Amino acid sequence: MANIISDETIEYVGILAKLELSDEEKERAKSDMGRMLDYIDKLGELDTEGVEPMSHVFPVQNVFREDVVTNGDTREALLTNAPEQKDGMFMVPKTFE
Amino acid sequence: MSIIDMTAAELAAAIREGKTTAVDAAEAMLERIEEQDKLYNCYVTVDAEGALAQARAVQAKIEAGELTGRLAGVPVAIKDNMCTAGLLTTCSSKILYNFVPTYTAEAVRNLQKAGAVLLGKTNMDEFAMGSTTETSAYGVTKNPWNTEHVPGGSSGGSAAAVAAKECFYALGSDTGGSIRQPASYCGTVGMKPTYGTVSRYGLIAYGSSLDQIGPLTRDVTDCAAVLEVIASHDEKDSTSIERQDTDFTAALIDDVKGMRIGIPNDYFGDGLDGEVKEAVLAAAKTLEDKGAVVERFDLSLVEYAIPTYYTIAAAEASSNLERFDGIKYGYRTKEYAGLHNMYKKSRSEGFGEEVKRRIMLGSFVLSSGYYDAYYLKALRVKALIKKAFDEAFAKYDVILGPVAPTTAPRLGSSLADPIKMYLGDIYTIAVNLAGLPGISLPCGTDRNGLPIGLQLIGDCFQEKKLIRAAYTYERARGAFPTAEKEVG
Repeated sequence: MANIISDETIEYVGILAKLELSDEEKERAKSDMGRMLDYIDKLGELDTEGVEPMSHVFPVQNVFREDVVTNGDTREALLTNAPEQKDGMFMVPKTFE
Repeated sequence: MSIIDMTAAELAAAIREGKTTAVDAAEAMLERIEEQDKLYNCYVTVDAEGALAQARAVQAKIEAGELTGRLAGVPVAIKDNMCTAGLLTTCSSKILYNFVPTYTAEAVRNLQKAGAVLLGKTNMDEFAMGSTTETSAYGVTKNPWNTEHVPGGSSGGSAAAVAAKECFYALGSDTGGSIRQPASYCGTVGMKPTYGTVSRYGLIAYGSSLDQIGPLTRDVTDCAAVLEVIASHDEKDSTSIERQDTDFTAALIDDVKGMRIGIPNDYFGDGLDGEVKEAVLAAAKTLEDKGAVVERFDLSLVEYAIPTYYTIAAAEASSNLERFDGIKYGYRTKEYAGLHNMYKKSRSEGFGEEVKRRIMLGSFVLSSGYYDAYYLKALRVKALIKKAFDEAFAKYDVILGPVAPTTAPRLGSSLADPIKMYLGDIYTIAVNLAGLPGISLPCGTDRNGLPIGLQLIGDCFQEKKLIRAAYTYERARGAFPTAEKEVG
């Protein structure tokens, strides 16, 4: 494997991804990611100098519409899916001490 | 003919003519689901009560002359990544085990306006990440042709439900082949339309620049009819495209004289099963005999499509799946210490292994220091792949090839080696990168009796050419066998 993923990298990616992996999962993630990156490195064979990155296949840009509210008040319906709610709001764990 | 064996178009006609009713059709399907879905597990949720209520309402409208469309009264199954108001929508993930949407996906709304009756929600790979439907948190779906084999994925439940005649047609979504490949494995017709043709509003996003909803049907006629109904310009999806040519059933023409069909040499190299190759080339010969001009050519860049796809799809997935945080909906872990720990634990317990693998990869390729080398590089290669297709479509109306290198693998044989599983997407994945339409339809069976799929790829907005070629082939091929019922 050409790409060796360090413990620090997996820790860092876990923070970005908001995932908490067990030690066993971390080991597997290191090897899986290394193998995938080896595979993705194949793209390095292609000369892409001067090629514009293509994020969208059609030349569609900045689709605007009038800023008008068209939907009704769905607060109560939406809150029925919340794991915890209070006074018409989503409840989150205490964030500041 | 029994109701169960009718195509969607035949059933709708029979309902219009008063020979049967939408209620009879819904009852027949629900009975069949009850009888055999314990074995196949095509559905995550069956809404028997809701389906019968819808059927009664639709039937009344048909009789009152208010619903006259060619799908009115026909029961449909919807992949479980499309939101349905009031009906559980899980994406086959534990993290959405209790999610009941407050609104309905635009494509499903379009069907409902045309008089469709929703039977339920079909099983899939978790968040549409997988090629076998084995990553579902709600059990594997079995291939109705042989229950020891996978139905394909990620729209495996939809394809299997069509093959097992547990619905008359279904909707799936296709990010890298997720409609066409299960259609191929299950002997049904499946189409991924041009990007932007069907609204993604209400489709739970995986790779937004690649995702597209499309039909899985029993034949090409139904495929065109369903596409005609679900295609729409939608302001709620900023990538939706306004098209004027969505009368797809007008392309059901049995004639390919003069149509230029290109066969990429690169699609017939190492890794392609001999029987699949033979069946696909025989289908090409059939179209040639019907007057098409068939030629071999080199498409190029084929082996770069998979690494490009997994970079882009993982990047988009890592961003799209940030919304599952245990606050607004879905699963929240029981014990936690503070906000961030709650996020991490909820997500780690709620997501399955393949989803976590792709979120990790996506987070990495987007991270500072690697973004240019991986993500931007993939977007540049995507531009080259698009250009290769542009050049091919300057010469050909349609590109013809296999859907997948093999027929349906055995259950349990794919997940151990992710890269090997990803390689199975080699013929479908570039179509999504280039935003093209592609259709899969059955063209034979292998020595084990498993279906083989033929793929036709068109230039952007050229679904009509695909439908015409597919329809012509289907007529020449004749009736295709259906999955044997194995229920004892």
